Amino acid sequence: MKISFQHINKWFGKVHANNDINFTIPSGTIQGILGENGAGKSTLMKVLTGFYQADSGEIFLDDKAVTISSPEDAVMMGIGMLHQDPLDFPPMKVIDNFLLGTRGGLFPNRKQVEKDITRLSQEFDFQINPDSFVETLTVGERQQLEILRLLWLGVKVLILDEPTTGISANQKEKLFATLLKLASQGLTVIFVSHKLEEVEQLCSRVAVFRQGQLVGEVMPPYDTDQFVYMMFGKSVEVADKSTFRSEVPYIKLENISLEDYRLRLRDINLEINCGEVIGLAGMEGSGQRLFLRMLTGLMRPVGGSILYGGHNFTGRTYPVFQKAGVAYLPAARLEEGLIPGMTLTEHFILSEEHHELFVNQKSAIDLTEDRIREFYIKGTPASQIEQLSGGNQQRALLALLRNKLRLILMEHPTRGLDIESAIWIWSKMKERCKDCTSIVFTSSDLDEIIQYSDRILVFFGGLVSKPIDADTTTVDELGQLIGGKGW
Amino acid sequence: MDVATLTTLAGIVEYAVPVLFASIGENFTEKAGLINLSVNGTIILSAMSGFVVAMTVDSIFLGFLVGAVVGAIVAAIVAFSSITLKQSQVAIGFVLALLCRDLAYFLGAPYTNKPGLFLSKVPIPVLADIPFIGPVFFNHSLVVYASYLFIIIAYVFMFKTRSGLMLQGIGERPSAAFARGANVKALRYFYTILGGLLIGLAGPMYSLAVKIGWAGQLSGLDGIGWIALAITIFGGWNPLRVAFGAYLFGGLQQLGITLQSTTNIPIQILQAAPFPLMIFTLLLVNVGRAEWVDRELAAMPEKPRIVLSKILRALRTSPPASLGVPFENE
Repeated sequence: MKISFQHINKWFGKVHANNDINFTIPSGTIQGILGENGAGKSTLMKVLTGFYQADSGEIFLDDKAVTISSPEDAVMMGIGMLHQDPLDFPPMKVIDNFLLGTRGGLFPNRKQVEKDITRLSQEFDFQINPDSFVETLTVGERQQLEILRLLWLGVKVLILDEPTTGISANQKEKLFATLLKLASQGLTVIFVSHKLEEVEQLCSRVAVFRQGQLVGEVMPPYDTDQFVYMMFGKSVEVADKSTFRSEVPYIKLENISLEDYRLRLRDINLEINCGEVIGLAGMEGSGQRLFLRMLTGLMRPVGGSILYGGHNFTGRTYPVFQKAGVAYLPAARLEEGLIPGMTLTEHFILSEEHHELFVNQKSAIDLTEDRIREFYIKGTPASQIEQLSGGNQQRALLALLRNKLRLILMEHPTRGLDIESAIWIWSKMKERCKDCTSIVFTSSDLDEIIQYSDRILVFFGGLVSKPIDADTTTVDELGQLIGGKGW
Repeated sequence: MDVATLTTLAGIVEYAVPVLFASIGENFTEKAGLINLSVNGTIILSAMSGFVVAMTVDSIFLGFLVGAVVGAIVAAIVAFSSITLKQSQVAIGFVLALLCRDLAYFLGAPYTNKPGLFLSKVPIPVLADIPFIGPVFFNHSLVVYASYLFIIIAYVFMFKTRSGLMLQGIGERPSAAFARGANVKALRYFYTILGGLLIGLAGPMYSLAVKIGWAGQLSGLDGIGWIALAITIFGGWNPLRVAFGAYLFGGLQQLGITLQSTTNIPIQILQAAPFPLMIFTLLLVNVGRAEWVDRELAAMPEKPRIVLSKILRALRTSPPASLGVPFENE
């Protein structure tokens, strides 16, 4: 199906999210939509799928003007979208996910649908069992499930929003192969991403967005520098790779075993040195979170011992670890890290140690203003935390960390942030490493892991690799391990 | 088996019925993502109005109908204030719970302890003659038989039909359900009112069938609605398990009645006992969520740890993910 955007405008308050967008996507191609977070890519796709209505402008499908007033409308017209966080129902079964929202009689024909799922899975070489629960699938499998569902519903246009976040290298290969196959069958694929190399590898044409505007359309052969310039409006320097790792071990894990109801990790041995950065790679849910929570005292290991600077901390609770200089920055910033409804100043009051009954407002505001300046937070001491943008929330979290820390644990520290914020945050963290603070972090971005870690642990289905030296490994090697090859 | 035991068992089956309807009604509402906290007041108000209407117009059917309508109206107020006016579901429901209860005592005062209509027992031919099963399950009034069907229908609807899947969808992830064509707000209205209707039926089930009559504050209905809310949680939002919870509570109530005649435990204790016991079972179901339990488990040796954590996981339930969360189509 051919799609054409004519003068699309969309405002959110004062933000011009889509500024007079004009372009055409021919049938049977893989169209890349490239741009930083907040460039307007997702907004345009949500206009196309009926989540938003454009303030002005028209959409043409196969040269016919259409009004798409809801996501269901879009699917009826043959446009389906795979969202970054797949819009499915985790506690339900795969087959129920397939059936939910379909039209027909009261009792659906489960047998038939089961057959359809199996047939489609085989066609695309996916392994999806109709009877398993969605919450037990990996993000990659949930994507496969959504793709199958949309194809089953008969979509002619498939939109994928940042589909490679959180999936393994193997799954990515499979995804790309699937998309190429679909395009060759005549489907129109729209691939939305901020990752240059993926767009270059996959797409037959690319539209680049910046700050709500379509900056330009590019056809192969691609020039990476040109893309970077179009995306940022300038060239971007790469982060430096300095290391402050000393040879002094500070934390020792001896034969640590962890388990929850899904996973069992056995006999982990590791020494974390002063100033060292350790990256945890692996698909989400492979045990990285258990590992981090064990290091914070939030989860008690079922075996083995934890030594912090020579003291045995096994079985101690979070407050004890905190006192010893451990800080934890969870991935869910607003749910676990910050307190929505409270101002920046109030956050600083809570995080500093106080011994008086009454809060000294003046000094609290002074402190807040200092930190706002130091951490370039776009906000005032009286700003409610949830009104800040994601990047500024992350900066605020960092600003809240106390001065003397021995170990910082982070989940996805730069997820959802633009490149410049990410580089800034890492430079701030590395400064702390100079003072002998160690960092352990998880990320689904392998480039980030290799760039900033000294050593890397790979997690796969309950297995934990020996520490891998970040200087000698490659994205490919890690990708293989994450997907379960080479163990 | 002696007659007394059979009577007690039959009593459990009977006493569970109104609680069962109220809890499964609440189950429907909560599955859709709303909390209707007014259950306690609704049951008392509909018990009173059902009894009074049945007596005045001499129609048991109209008594039940009015009970259901009262429940539906109260639920509609909850739905309107939370879905349309975006007010706190908890506050509205709680105030309605108190208001309806006191309204029932006030409006019902002239009818206190008046003789009225009631559903008589209808033994089912053949089935009622089966030893044990017959007297326990098939020698009851019609509402009890209706409850058997109702449990199955509610379960099959929720988990096996297309509409039931969508019901789960709007309570789990309304944004995803919306993307698949659901009119989330309309459906939430529908299931809240349907749930209220079922809760409303529980009232006349008491006053016209199980605990016959209207005795104002002495009717002994105050508190049951809160238990029904707890049973919905205990039952993990699954009608089969909810029904089990209702029978459990019916059993505890019956136990009180039996012990009253056979021991000299003060009657106040026996009347109050089912409530803390219900809280205790609720605790048992969800204790696996507590961090300290995890820590204690981790310190145990392998075998008991694995067995215990499996038991705790099997008991554990999780609410619809968007329970109590308002929805806006972006």
